[in-house]
Amino acid sequence: MSVPTLKQYETVKYSRIYSLGAARGDLTVTNDDIAGPIDSSDEWIRQRTGIITRKRASENLSLMDMAVAASNEAIEKSGIKPSDIGAVIFSTITHPFQTPSAATMLADKIGANPAPAYDISAACAGYCYGIAQADALIRSGVAKYVLVVGGEKLSDFIDPTDRTISFLLGDGAGAAIVGPSDTPGISPSVWGSDGSHWDSVGMTASLLDFRDGEQSWPTLRQEGLTVFKWAVWEMVKVARQALEVAGIKAEDLSALVTHQANIRIIDELAKQLDLPEHVVIARDIVNTGNTSAASIPLAMHALLASGEVKSGGLALQIGFGAGLAFGAQVVVLP
Amino acid sequence: MALSQSEVLAGLAEIVNDETGIAAEAVQLEKSFTDDLDIDSISMMTIVVNAEDKFGVKIPDDEVKNLITVGDAVNYITNAQ
Repeated sequence: MSVPTLKQYETVKYSRIYSLGAARGDLTVTNDDIAGPIDSSDEWIRQRTGIITRKRASENLSLMDMAVAASNEAIEKSGIKPSDIGAVIFSTITHPFQTPSAATMLADKIGANPAPAYDISAACAGYCYGIAQADALIRSGVAKYVLVVGGEKLSDFIDPTDRTISFLLGDGAGAAIVGPSDTPGISPSVWGSDGSHWDSVGMTASLLDFRDGEQSWPTLRQEGLTVFKWAVWEMVKVARQALEVAGIKAEDLSALVTHQANIRIIDELAKQLDLPEHVVIARDIVNTGNTSAASIPLAMHALLASGEVKSGGLALQIGFGAGLAFGAQVVVLP
Repeated sequence: MALSQSEVLAGLAEIVNDETGIAAEAVQLEKSFTDDLDIDSISMMTIVVNAEDKFGVKIPDDEVKNLITVGDAVNYITNAQ
């Protein structure tokens, strides 16, 4: 008896981002609002972080609410139907359940049920990890359209007295529809991790420590200077490598959209990359704060909405954070 | 060839000037980075990385907090060469 030949996925040559969606927290939190418990001031916070206000979600606005709003906008702009979505990838570190994933609930709420749906945990690199996966799923033929969401309600995991990271953080969700393309729209990804710095950004305690009464509610913390050093000088290498594998030069870019960690990191990265003046540098952090996995799609969405960059231009996006995890790629702006 | 203390000081002053705009002449051995020169921790890290590059030395993150004065940094770099 002869063994029949199996069918395998038929591959697709290129992929691109079709559209973006964005949702930010409903509260505008000023530096004065949060300066007291960290014995600081508006001036100190602005000088060290570039943040003037950050967006945070009120008690009535959940991570899922923001993810649904951002996803619906992206789906509507893409021209595809929710039922066409072949996979939902949700990057978040603030979904408050160990299981089930946030992605399955999101898929159901936006009309993409029964698409495969899963969360990824790569913190501030999460959106770029999601785009890398979406690109691979589409070009390998596993899925035709993929919804990638980076969303966080970080304000559930902050300590108002923490001077290392809490005052930077905001809430929001950004979404992208990724699909097949006639022309290249997403470069090879440069992504990776360095677990030797596992404890330089993360939580103050595990949930088990909390359960056992050994620690209070876990909140975010970082070793700021170690992270700053890594985020600038190691990420410059990653950014250069991303340009190289994309086959382009810095002057070909329309925009640099980094994870919105801190304006000092963004500016130093841009300086080290020696970008020509026409390259727009995303500084959404000024009025949104640091929203971890959401920050890149939110910043890119803002640049497109303001008209500072045009659809069809090239943007280098680079995410980096807890893990330490990093991811970068050059994309054609939707 | 290892640089002398005054050569390291001159090189460090250039780095400080580039990062902060502080005149190179103001960067003197007895000056404190934070109290006298008003350099914040993020700028300090940038200065450290540029100094590592320029002088070919490694300054561990844990060591940075011990570099209180310009002289501390100059001595560290001079000895680490």
